[in-house]
Amino acid sequence: MHTVADIDPVEGRPALIAGDPDFHGITETVAAPMEWKPPLGWYICLGISLLMLSMLGISIGWLFWEGVGIWGNNQPVAWGWPIVNFVFWVGIGHAGTLISAVLFLFRQKWRTSINRTAEAMTIFAVMCALIFPGIHIGRPWLPYWMLPVPNSMGMWPQFRSPLMWDVFAVSIYGTVSLLFWYVGLIPDLATMRDRATGKIRRIVYGIFSLGWRGSMRQWTHYEKAYLLLAGLATPLVLSVHSVVSFDFATSQLPGWHTTIFPPYFVAGAIFSGIAMVTTLMVICRVIFKLKSIINLLHFDRMAKLLLVTGTIVGYAYSIEFFVAWYSGNPYEGFTFLNRAFGPYAWAYWIMVSCNVITPQIFWFKKARTNMAILFIASIFINIGMWFERFVIVVTSLHRDFLPSSWGYFRPTFWDLATFIGSFGLFFTMFCLFVRFLPMVAMAEVKGVLPAAHGREPRPETDVDPSDLEPALETTGSAA
Amino acid sequence: MSNTTPSTNTAPSTARSSLFGMLAEFRSPESLFQACEQLRDAGFRDWDAHTPFPIHGLDQAMGLKRSPVALFVLILGLGGAALGMLMQGWVATMAYPLVISGKPFFSWPAFIPITFECGVLGGASGAILGFLLMSRLPRHHHALFNSKHFERVTDDAFFISIEATDPKFDREETKQLLGRLGATAVEEVAAGGEPSA
Repeated sequence: MHTVADIDPVEGRPALIAGDPDFHGITETVAAPMEWKPPLGWYICLGISLLMLSMLGISIGWLFWEGVGIWGNNQPVAWGWPIVNFVFWVGIGHAGTLISAVLFLFRQKWRTSINRTAEAMTIFAVMCALIFPGIHIGRPWLPYWMLPVPNSMGMWPQFRSPLMWDVFAVSIYGTVSLLFWYVGLIPDLATMRDRATGKIRRIVYGIFSLGWRGSMRQWTHYEKAYLLLAGLATPLVLSVHSVVSFDFATSQLPGWHTTIFPPYFVAGAIFSGIAMVTTLMVICRVIFKLKSIINLLHFDRMAKLLLVTGTIVGYAYSIEFFVAWYSGNPYEGFTFLNRAFGPYAWAYWIMVSCNVITPQIFWFKKARTNMAILFIASIFINIGMWFERFVIVVTSLHRDFLPSSWGYFRPTFWDLATFIGSFGLFFTMFCLFVRFLPMVAMAEVKGVLPAAHGREPRPETDVDPSDLEPALETTGSAA
Repeated sequence: MSNTTPSTNTAPSTARSSLFGMLAEFRSPESLFQACEQLRDAGFRDWDAHTPFPIHGLDQAMGLKRSPVALFVLILGLGGAALGMLMQGWVATMAYPLVISGKPFFSWPAFIPITFECGVLGGASGAILGFLLMSRLPRHHHALFNSKHFERVTDDAFFISIEATDPKFDREETKQLLGRLGATAVEEVAAGGEPSA
């Protein structure tokens, strides 16, 4: 995979960026998708995304007109697809924070090629996630009841409820992710400002780059702020999906009431998010020709993360069964046997084959560096992780304690339309992001080039010092 | 860069107030690094290095102090957490007391998750606020934007700027010093000017 030339001379490890580009080369490669006419593939992607987005608009419009009865939610499965979709989307966001914050704290420099895209994905995923509880409340004009705002009824939220914790956790997660993303963008927006040829671009990038001038005095504060934001985002991301799992775990329902839920949910969230990042990175690499920056090394490591988190998820599935048996609780035992062999066995085994069996292919290096296999496997994992949430929500609810209130949940057309529509929102935002914002963190990638810490990128002999300092009467060498 | 002629920007040396300072370009991170160490040891005060990416160790080479952003994070983080707990305690005991499963009104363990989240929100706001205040941003006009070459600072160029307000600043001597330190080009930057977007 690596030739001798690809070895970083300072660190003695394979170079993170292939082809030994100079600083200017990085700027050109990253800025190109924003400055050229976008390829036809981009217009096709945007068109399909907008169609799906309009589906979301129609679905929500019809929902507000007619009420939540248009969905399949009913007794005994009152928490249907909206909660499944909510947990699915929040989980996807988590890989973005993992890649940008956790890998930053562990000094994993390979993250620089993909962290910007992963963070953008986090923000768009949280946007999609927040839609579902927002429209699920039945009276869509009253979402402010979830917030501690003074009101004429003298009512306040009930803070002992995990659902309230969830409101705070997810909205603060979205806010902090946005701030973290924006701070990372400032130097790159300044690059776009300085490259801009049109007036509108110069003004808009100029406003958002805050007048950044790359001064070392600014960089020290910037780096400290970035480090601390990463330090804050790390426990935050762990807390968010733990709190999401509390929505289930603090209830007294067999199948939900387990202590393994927080770590199990966090691992699953990171697993699903890395799969989504992989899907998006394969597409970006092919459409926007970023082969030198997003290279096989990155995919190799992402695939290893998929293997690790997928195996943790598989372990959690088996522990759930073990505890159901070991606890001796007949309701717990019934719920899990019903999960694997009951009317929703098809969903359970889709989940197991996608989430536990599929990532095992990444034991092989050939699979970790093959775009087609990565793409297909990541799609399978996305499907599997959606089914994991479906299995947790629906199989635990559909057979109540009394057999007289057993039921079989079926989604409606509007369930499907809303879910597909949320992908429309996600992909529309993503298409706009790759067109108007630098999808690779230029300043960070330049910082991991060999030339940034010791080696001269350009040969000395090509430069005549007298050409470089025409009006200087100095005798100092230009070295 | 090679066609830079500093003399084109030269103003009469009496009008010192119209001069922002000197801007010197360096060819590589290492030459910038060495120049910064020399300027630090020479005792300059109002000067700065400008780079497309943070160069590690350059803050020590410049003799910069530790960034106080961490203090902002600590204070606002603890403040946010305290406010979160107070808000929940006030709602649960005074504004809207409810008996839930016979638990006390101030059942603080249930308030820990939101307290934590509020602390993180406070800390993150502190990081942003500290960064903006300490680096004097947003500031869309700055004399350095008068230099056309300075546009490359966000691409691949490395600069040192020395301001005319520095006690050790002298128009000719400083220019020569920067040349001796390995600058590939030195130009004078005029003060004020058009606000740059």
